[in-house]
Amino acid sequence: METLSYILKNLPILLKGAVVTVELAALSITLGTFVGLGIALMKISKMRILKYLGQFYTWIFRGVPLLVQLIFIYLALPSVGIEFTAFQAAVIGMTLCGGAYIAEIIRAGILSIDKGQMEAALSLGMTYVQAMRRVIIPQTYRRLIPPMGNEFITLTKDTALVSAITVTELLRRAQLVVASDFRPFEMYFTAAVIYLILTTFFTVVFNKIENKLALYE
Amino acid sequence: MIHVENLSKSFGPLHVLKDISLRVAYGEVIVIIGPSGSGKSTLLRCINYLEAADSGEIIIDGQRLGENLRNITQIRSQIGMVFQRFNLFPHMTALENVIEGPVTVKKTPQHEAVSKGETLMEKVGLADKLSAYPSQLSGGQQQRVAIARALAMEPKIMLFDEPTSALDPELVGEVLSVMKNLARDGMTMIVVTHEMGFAREVADRVLFMDEGQIIEEGSPEDFFKNPQNERTRAFLSKIL
Repeated sequence: METLSYILKNLPILLKGAVVTVELAALSITLGTFVGLGIALMKISKMRILKYLGQFYTWIFRGVPLLVQLIFIYLALPSVGIEFTAFQAAVIGMTLCGGAYIAEIIRAGILSIDKGQMEAALSLGMTYVQAMRRVIIPQTYRRLIPPMGNEFITLTKDTALVSAITVTELLRRAQLVVASDFRPFEMYFTAAVIYLILTTFFTVVFNKIENKLALYE
Repeated sequence: MIHVENLSKSFGPLHVLKDISLRVAYGEVIVIIGPSGSGKSTLLRCINYLEAADSGEIIIDGQRLGENLRNITQIRSQIGMVFQRFNLFPHMTALENVIEGPVTVKKTPQHEAVSKGETLMEKVGLADKLSAYPSQLSGGQQQRVAIARALAMEPKIMLFDEPTSALDPELVGEVLSVMKNLARDGMTMIVVTHEMGFAREVADRVLFMDEGQIIEEGSPEDFFKNPQNERTRAFLSKIL
């Protein structure tokens, strides 16, 4: 009984952190999708320089651990005069890293569309850009939903890493409470449950979207 | 209206087209036959620049192909292409497929494109399938939508790349009859096909291709009754 009331008492603090967690996840997946689309288009481009730039990007941001990227952006960049708040550094790091993975997802999605689709679009007189925008990319939506849902959940969980650069998201809040009360079991258990609720929620949402887009197939 | 001069094309070590020359006049219906791998499809694909030729030139209606990118899209918009595997856009309804070219490429106003699209769908006998998705249509119906989609751009020439090869036998007739009507309306057409009945009935000229070359050409009567070349005879005896 006492345990429960202790958790309830501190729940608002954790929930405030959970709001930051959701903000971070939503921002970085949205921005990361734009970055990813750009990188994906570069990587399938016939222009060598774009292709190499895209590959270079993926090589860096997929190859360095996210935690190291975050610490680098927040703690190392200031020494060359580039400063961000902890929250900004977190969004930037997660966007860049998420973008690298999303680029691969989108690239695979585009490559999975039958070649005849591009040919049919071009044969109508469309430009490459028109064909991509009107014909190819819309067809990837449905195929992108499952891996994108996966990526969203991964990013949501990865937000816990930004506690290391002092962003007061869910895990950080739990740590702070534990530091003052020293009741780690209650706080970390509750934090874990909240993470699970969030990821479950996103799973359900993505399943709904997937079913909706199943229309024409 | 189409001049193909000394066209050559290789895929790696494979010499697909060897010095092909061909002239097609307005309103002419050309049927190209020949064994698979003879370069028929590649020739068609070069004519609307889905493949770039290695050498030689293609002049369509006075415009040389491949000079710059604007010229390519502009020329392509005047050439209708019908593919073996239809290549309809699966995320669009039949009508949306048909109006996509005019709306996106020609910037035709939506309502205008729709009413024209409906007329075309009627012309190919699918007035009742406007809002069906490709996956809800039979192969023959899909190919007729694909023909309507190509016609919506009001092309000067129609290219058909084995339009009935992917169809169940009982669906071939409906597609061929749409094509016959087109030919009767005076459309300039180049048709790659194995449908000898169609060639006999509709073609102005029949071309036989083998190993990247045009081996023989002539009116359907001469071509089928009296083939000159040994390889043509061998091919015809196998399929007739």
